[in-house]
Amino acid sequence: MDFDFISKTFVRLLAALPLTLSVWFLSVVLGALIAAGVTWMRVSGVKPLEWFARVYVLVFRGTPLLIQLFVVYYGLASLPAVRASFAWGFLRDAFNCAVLALALCTAAYQAEIFRGALLAVPHGQVEAARACGMSRLLMFRRIIFPIALRHGLPAYSTEMISMVKSTALVSLVTLWDVMSIALKIRNDTLVTYLPLILAGAIYFVFNYIIGAGFLALERRLSPHLRPRPS
Amino acid sequence: MGDLAIFGFGPGGWGLALLEGALMTLLVSACGLLIGGAIGGLVAWARLSGKLIAGGVGQAYAALFRGLPELLIVYFVYFGSSALLTGAANALGHEGFVGVPSFAAGALAVGVISGAYQAEVFRAAYLAMSRGELEAAVSVGMNRALLFRRIIAPQVLRFALPGLGNLWQVALKDSSLISVTGLTELMRISQVGAGSTHRPFAFYLGGAALYLVMTIATTRFFDVAEARATRGMRRATG
Repeated sequence: MDFDFISKTFVRLLAALPLTLSVWFLSVVLGALIAAGVTWMRVSGVKPLEWFARVYVLVFRGTPLLIQLFVVYYGLASLPAVRASFAWGFLRDAFNCAVLALALCTAAYQAEIFRGALLAVPHGQVEAARACGMSRLLMFRRIIFPIALRHGLPAYSTEMISMVKSTALVSLVTLWDVMSIALKIRNDTLVTYLPLILAGAIYFVFNYIIGAGFLALERRLSPHLRPRPS
Repeated sequence: MGDLAIFGFGPGGWGLALLEGALMTLLVSACGLLIGGAIGGLVAWARLSGKLIAGGVGQAYAALFRGLPELLIVYFVYFGSSALLTGAANALGHEGFVGVPSFAAGALAVGVISGAYQAEVFRAAYLAMSRGELEAAVSVGMNRALLFRRIIAPQVLRFALPGLGNLWQVALKDSSLISVTGLTELMRISQVGAGSTHRPFAFYLGGAALYLVMTIATTRFFDVAEARATRGMRRATG
């Protein structure tokens, strides 16, 4: 074992972690905003909006993220109309394309999580809130949101971890994330396993932290489900 | 050439190539799902065995392969299996690099990923089985093999079917990552077509449409299978 090589490789991989993390964070936040819109359409009761939301979820969950990413990065950039439009200033950058593609994809999954969480709110709670004379906004803030949050949290944590794993795909659109640095080191040094194992360890630890964080949050939000101290 | 003519079946059309790519995607995903079934069954059995070491290994496998990026696993399996094969071939006197066929490496990679998730599906399915049926089978004197074949396997498969349907979709989508190893499945064909015709938008959109068709069609298949497997069962809802 060459510890000098290990530590050098590890430092180079860690240096790429900020890019992986920023792609993850920005796409997850942007995705949540889009998902909120899609969920709102899905439960709006207006047929055309509802169908749009259904098709959106079907298309983005039914096709691989890789091909979605390529449609955005290679596909849109090849269209003269896009190159001429104002959007080109945004889409010419691989980082923006990656964030956009990942956000559009996770929005479909997050929208389904949000919808499932909303559906899990018992109707009696809504009736009780109305009977007390709560306005719609107050009812959402005090009754629907807290209950839905607890229901949606486990699935949301899974989606967050899944998105960390998805960021590895941005290595295929010329971005220097942890994955592509690992591949570059592999190509340059012909060491097969070590760079990939170290990169895997970084992803794994990060996913573990997210999982543990969400578990702690879940525990904090559901004190009523814990057994009483005896 | 018009946008639709490039998807045609005539000379210069990519229709046939794309369909062949889609077929390859289905094949490699199906093989991946089967390999994943074998791995998942073993891991589920290890976790349910109640033995400390086997259970720990099973749990570690599931946690590890669900916590790593799929793309990294594809690269690792592809490079790793090729390195192993090259080592073995060199030991037997063969010179130089020996690559594992990308189909085998790809199916194995999809299987390794799917196996980690299938283990959870199988475990939950086993735990959903009523204990009384197992006790009844033992009390009529079934041996372990017969118990597994007649009682456990049919019920576990039935309970696991919805989860397996989801994992089939995941395998179908994960198979697109195998394109990085050069296997000419749908994603790879779309890339080749996009490169040689300089129409990436049309090709990636067309490829995505084919993926969507495959997802919808095979989901329908799993729905039918589920309806058939659960006929005669009473349910809380529906």
